Amino acid sequence: MRSPEQTVDEILALAAKHFQVPREGLTPDDDFFKKLGIDSLQALDLLTRLENHFNVELPDYEIQGVTDFRTLAERIQARL
Amino acid sequence: MLDLSRYASLGAALTDAAERWADETCLIEADRERENCRLTYRQFKAAAMPLSGFLQERGFPAGGRAAIVMTNQSKWLISAYAVFYAGGVLVPLDYKLSPAEHLQLLAHCRAEVLVTEYHLWRTMTQAEGFADLKVGTVLVTEAPPDADLRGALRWEEARGAGAPEMVARGRRDWACIVYSSGTGGRPKGCVLTHENYLEQCAALTSLYPFWPGVRYLSILPTNHAIDFMVGFIGPLVCGAAVVHLRTLRPEYVREAFSRYQITYMALVPTVLKNLEKGLRARFAELPPAKRFAFDRLVGLNRALTRRRPNLDLSRRLLRQVHEAFGGELRALFVGGAFMDPATLRFFYDLGIQVGNGYGLTEAGTAVTLNDFKPFRADTVGRPLPGMEVRIVSPDTDGVGQVAVRSKTVMSHYLDDPELTAETIVDGWLMTGDLGRVDGMGHLQLLGRVKNMIVTEEGKNVYPEDIEAAFEGLPVKEFCVFAANYIWPERSMLGEKLIIVLRFEEGQQLTPGLRQELLDRNRRLLNFKRVSGYVISPEDFPRTASMKVKRGVLAEQLRGRFDRQAALHEL
Repeated sequence: MRSPEQTVDEILALAAKHFQVPREGLTPDDDFFKKLGIDSLQALDLLTRLENHFNVELPDYEIQGVTDFRTLAERIQARL
Repeated sequence: MLDLSRYASLGAALTDAAERWADETCLIEADRERENCRLTYRQFKAAAMPLSGFLQERGFPAGGRAAIVMTNQSKWLISAYAVFYAGGVLVPLDYKLSPAEHLQLLAHCRAEVLVTEYHLWRTMTQAEGFADLKVGTVLVTEAPPDADLRGALRWEEARGAGAPEMVARGRRDWACIVYSSGTGGRPKGCVLTHENYLEQCAALTSLYPFWPGVRYLSILPTNHAIDFMVGFIGPLVCGAAVVHLRTLRPEYVREAFSRYQITYMALVPTVLKNLEKGLRARFAELPPAKRFAFDRLVGLNRALTRRRPNLDLSRRLLRQVHEAFGGELRALFVGGAFMDPATLRFFYDLGIQVGNGYGLTEAGTAVTLNDFKPFRADTVGRPLPGMEVRIVSPDTDGVGQVAVRSKTVMSHYLDDPELTAETIVDGWLMTGDLGRVDGMGHLQLLGRVKNMIVTEEGKNVYPEDIEAAFEGLPVKEFCVFAANYIWPERSMLGEKLIIVLRFEEGQQLTPGLRQELLDRNRRLLNFKRVSGYVISPEDFPRTASMKVKRGVLAEQLRGRFDRQAALHEL
């Protein structure tokens, strides 16, 4: 079982790799739309990748209204 | 379809449709590969009646306002029908807004009932201002068994005791209050009557008919004027079916086309462009010989459909492409923003009609639509039946503001007589868009009268709303504009935002200042970013209350510089 810190860390690493931004530039409280410069469709794409990585199913609405990595990590953690 | 001229209200029309096509499929809802539910028209009505009865028993009055904040799903349409049956006014709100915006609009429209999903409700209860929410009845769908609903009730348990009576409404009574985005967070609630919708529906279905067996895939939010019309009212007064997906992931949307043999789908320009990109990539991967043969077939299809579309022929010639779309697709509708003609051409050459048009919520959805007689990518088509389009004070090229008169034009903006008077003048809706009508009666759009841009996703962006991101920038003053507002381009493509900078005496654009501009810009959502700057040689003209006179400043800049010389890339 991952710790919440591990989960958020893995999300940051995955987002950095997928959207090709430096990992060290991302922090848990960053707004991922703004920081990664992505739109809602790209955010869904990120969600699919996170599903595959964590092996959980995340409904689209998990990303509705969520803008920062930390909250996203909490939603995922709850399903692990 | 039903003869809509015989009906006074949406509730009455939907009720007759439910009886006439009782055993036809009405709604299908799927979540990924699982099918959640499939309802006939009889079952659709049976699902809505207990809810309508429940609302009536709780004292929901005729003309009372009921808001829906939900993603695309069957319960959206069931709830909307229940509200209409009870004589209510529906307020469809965009589920993508922030909880604070939801609360603001719920207060603005004075909603007595709110129907929403549990996860959306949860975010609203956590938002600032929740304590001031004055909605009497909140119904929440899909709440977990042990959830604290904060005063809301479960949608699934909202069942009246007896069979409800349908509350009659007149054609001029309000049917919906639909919010379109306004500047500075000023809510613009378009009040649309039953007549507006019944007339619009009759006009649209004359060009794109629905019938039992037709399946519409609903992915645009249903609060959006287009999905409300072609993903709810249109199909349901014709005996057709609406398919909802609980996910918008491209992989599942693709799969749904084949699984449900989709006939129509509406989307926004960005999604259509993504679809084009995906198809082009797949074509590029074909081995050279296959690619050559494929290109020949596309060329042949183009030549044979020059005058008019021939769907059967295109399906035979380009079978694999059409099968990828499920094999039954008749047309895609695109709207909400301007569509690049090259994309329309790309799909038409493949034998896929894209119903491209021009519309706005204030006009009750669509004003013009391409009728494919013949296909033209360079215009937004001819006015729909019953729509009068006029160009106000045209210049020598015939270009001026587009005005619309029709039974589909909204009644007014809710609680905003001033904005209503500016927008509806002598019965004509002033659209704020610039255009001209050509010899064939086609409308061509050429820009905007207003200082704003519309993104490909259909979002209205007002430059003044973006200035907050640059507050405190170390310059004397600055102002954000739509470049086309200063220098009209006579084109709807490549709309962009720019920042006008006025320096202090002796100040220059240093690398540090440039970096600060870039940093602040990056913090904005990508569709709100400015892409260039202009340096103003003089102080901005201001009103007595020190507000920038934007129109005057734009005119000064236009008179002094041409676009190329003044505008620098950021």
